[in-house]
Amino acid sequence: MAIKRPKSHTFAIGLLGWAIACWVFFPIAWMALTSFKTEVDAIATPPQFIFRPSLASYHEVFARANYWHFTLNTVAISLGATIVALALSVPAAYAMAFIPSQRTRGTLLWMLSTRMLPPVGVLVPIYLLARNTHLLDTLTGLGIVDMLTNLPIIVWMLFTFFREVPAPILEAGRMDGASRWQEMTLVLLPLALPGIASTALLSIILCWNESFWSLNLTSSQAAPLAAFIASFSSPEGLFFGKLSAASTLAVAPILVFGWFSQKQLVRGLTFGAVK
Amino acid sequence: MATVELRDIRKTYLKDEIIKGVSLTIEDREFVVFVGPSGCGKSTLLRMIAGLEDITAGDLLIDGRRVNDVEPAKRGLAMVFQSYALYPHMDVYKNMEFGLKLAGMPASERSAKIRDVARILQLEPYLHHKPGQLSGGQRQRVAIGRAIVRNPKVFLFDEPLSNLDAALRGQMRVELATLHRRLNATTIYVTHDQVEAMTMADKIVVLQGGVVEQVGSPLELYHHPRNLFVAKFIGSPPMNFIPVVVETSSTESVTVRLPDETFLDVPVDGSNTPAGTALTLGIRPEHVALDEPGLAGQVEIVERLGAATLFHIRLRDGQLLVAQSDGAADHPLDSGVSVGLPPRHCHLFGADGLALAAHARHPLLA
Amino acid sequence: MTTAARTGRVDRAGLAMLSPAVVILLIWSIVPLVMTLWYSFRNYNLVDPTLHGFAGIDNYRYLLTDPDFITSLINTLVLVAGVLFVSVGIGTLLAVLYDQEFFGRGIARVLVISPFFVMPTVAALVWKNLMLHPIYGVYSSMMRAVGLTPVDWLQQFPMATVMMIVAWEWLPFSVLILLTAVQSLDSEQKEAARMDGAGPVARFRYIIVPHLARAITVVIMIETIYLLTIFAEISVTTAGGPGVASTNLAFLIYARALLQFDVGGASAGGMAAIVIANIVAVFLVRAVARNLEV
Repeated sequence: MAIKRPKSHTFAIGLLGWAIACWVFFPIAWMALTSFKTEVDAIATPPQFIFRPSLASYHEVFARANYWHFTLNTVAISLGATIVALALSVPAAYAMAFIPSQRTRGTLLWMLSTRMLPPVGVLVPIYLLARNTHLLDTLTGLGIVDMLTNLPIIVWMLFTFFREVPAPILEAGRMDGASRWQEMTLVLLPLALPGIASTALLSIILCWNESFWSLNLTSSQAAPLAAFIASFSSPEGLFFGKLSAASTLAVAPILVFGWFSQKQLVRGLTFGAVK
Repeated sequence: MATVELRDIRKTYLKDEIIKGVSLTIEDREFVVFVGPSGCGKSTLLRMIAGLEDITAGDLLIDGRRVNDVEPAKRGLAMVFQSYALYPHMDVYKNMEFGLKLAGMPASERSAKIRDVARILQLEPYLHHKPGQLSGGQRQRVAIGRAIVRNPKVFLFDEPLSNLDAALRGQMRVELATLHRRLNATTIYVTHDQVEAMTMADKIVVLQGGVVEQVGSPLELYHHPRNLFVAKFIGSPPMNFIPVVVETSSTESVTVRLPDETFLDVPVDGSNTPAGTALTLGIRPEHVALDEPGLAGQVEIVERLGAATLFHIRLRDGQLLVAQSDGAADHPLDSGVSVGLPPRHCHLFGADGLALAAHARHPLLA
Repeated sequence: MTTAARTGRVDRAGLAMLSPAVVILLIWSIVPLVMTLWYSFRNYNLVDPTLHGFAGIDNYRYLLTDPDFITSLINTLVLVAGVLFVSVGIGTLLAVLYDQEFFGRGIARVLVISPFFVMPTVAALVWKNLMLHPIYGVYSSMMRAVGLTPVDWLQQFPMATVMMIVAWEWLPFSVLILLTAVQSLDSEQKEAARMDGAGPVARFRYIIVPHLARAITVVIMIETIYLLTIFAEISVTTAGGPGVASTNLAFLIYARALLQFDVGGASAGGMAAIVIANIVAVFLVRAVARNLEV
């Protein structure tokens, strides 16, 4: 902003900005802090900011549950669902962006509206279908469901990115003898790569944090981190240290991932609302 | 060798007919310009020839072969887009190489060709620059180069100069004309700028509302417009129009009554215009004779262009007439003048807009 | 000219590319829907196999006359509306705040958007235990430190507390989007407004807010999709309680289906949820279609 203001204002705004940022981030910071406390320190009143760091909680978490098993499941599901969803939505978004018909708009809005179906409304049939097809508690099963839930949003995001690519560039490709497939892979995809990357990022984050289907369609074999966490919140007694350690373990990878990809991610999240 | 023939080409989009039956023959090596106001269908027509738009009805023949259903790249055409449409992620070399590569040309042959074209277009220093690093004129040249390397039978240009500034546009116009002479390829060029049309075309096709208004050489259109639309569209400053009424008529000439009740004998075929018919008289500004006996008026605006001067003259009946004179002509503002209308330069248009046939052809067209 | 004008041959290529996604979504949206509809007219209890057969509209009658259903319906709408209000309202203000130049702004922004990356179960557990626990929670300690009696938030104000937690999760999303929108505002426009004598409040009201309209539409659309189906937060914090005070439709159906094994009743609830989602969707999709010029 080119508008000048007094120094004291800048200071006050900075103070406010930081105060709010700290308040918003505090639960996450506290969780991380608590994960390095012993159980005794973790429930000390008043809460302790200065303490002897301990890895005891982490040791216990690793002893009690196979963290890597859950993490690998989560990574496999997130990546798998994202790749399949992209493979389905890139051609669809391409068709809608560059070969529009009178039905395109309706199709797009319909796709979006399927996303508004509450999962819980179809929980029973999906559960029964998964059970009957032996997909219950499998990576494939949860992956398919995650892929399908995110598909409309991915198509929408790609569509907004593709529409920013000028049509004459693709037509030039066609004049140069590119087939539909070559037009998409050799001309469009390199141009839309940043958009595709941010779409993939969002999809991975959504899959990683998906809880509803994770809790209802898996039990042990294919359980992702969302289920790992749930197993530490059982009512048998609360252990803040272990809970915090497990939570930190579940959140840290995606949080760091999110921090680094933030700029890339936000471009896609605006869904074309911001040019 | 390439001829292009359009036989009653039509295009319907969402029940609207945008191209309403266009028939046209483009000879080998001819430079044809489609010109018309925006929305007249000129770009659509070009894109139909290119294969980027489907043809609803009619036949498109290239070298005598019907190509309605042939893929764009297999029609032997190359196109230069208004926005250049260069591939932003490829450098200049790769932009030109793309089509050749897809066509399966060996690498050594590709390289030789691209270097050859780059030399012609003075693009050699930029071969490994991305389009984003080039100026508008350079991008334009790359777009042309990308078309040339493919050695097409027909070049298509879609308003290629409209994104350039005025000076560069003039320069590129000359370059394109030179290039056309050198390549000797059939060219179809779309523009809304009549100066481009006049200066470059062998043949101009004037389009309006999806219909061909007139086809002819630039001077043919200028001196013998077929109808009011062409008369208005071609020429700058535009032709003057004065409402007149037929007094007497014969096949030899038509005598019309001017707004000031004087009479003028115009040498056109008046066999279908009986006395009393309302007509429109058209005369170009450079043909209006200042200080000759004729209509009386007052100088309202003087535009001095240097080489020429435009006088906007308010006639007695309130109508404004533009007269073009040489740069030295001097008529002060608000002074009274008399303007003569030399009959052999007058055009007469009927109520249907069509021109009455003139007996004398322009000397250059005779 | 656009590429719009195509027919026949080319259209088929488009159809071929579009159809895999469309077909799979069609199956995904129709099959479970039809099954839910079917079950909703059946007696179907997973633990009581003797109870089966056609139930007519019984499931719906029970559902609609069940006070829990009405409560959960209201809770669902309150949750959506409340969180939207907070995240759009405060989100807009924060977006403007974080658009200002100040020391370490980049880091402050990253901190503010972090909750978006935290999975709902973790968010709920951290708030429930580490923050709001009546004895060990940080907030309770802070209240004691200033001489107040700690409150058992989740027991006494279950809905408000759940809303607060959900708002904490979704506020970053709206800040992220709205901040991008604010940044895209042409600074000449802001300067022109200043030349016209507009103060900060007038600039916010007449320049910034209208500019954000499209971005706000997106925030409302995406957040509504997720807020309608909030589940993990409730399941982890209150399990819908006390009583049904914090039960939304999603949790009610879950409780019916997987805790009481009443598939028929749960399916009727599912149908209700679908109907509501569709009503909301009609409004949303219209707003989106208008604002996004698809």
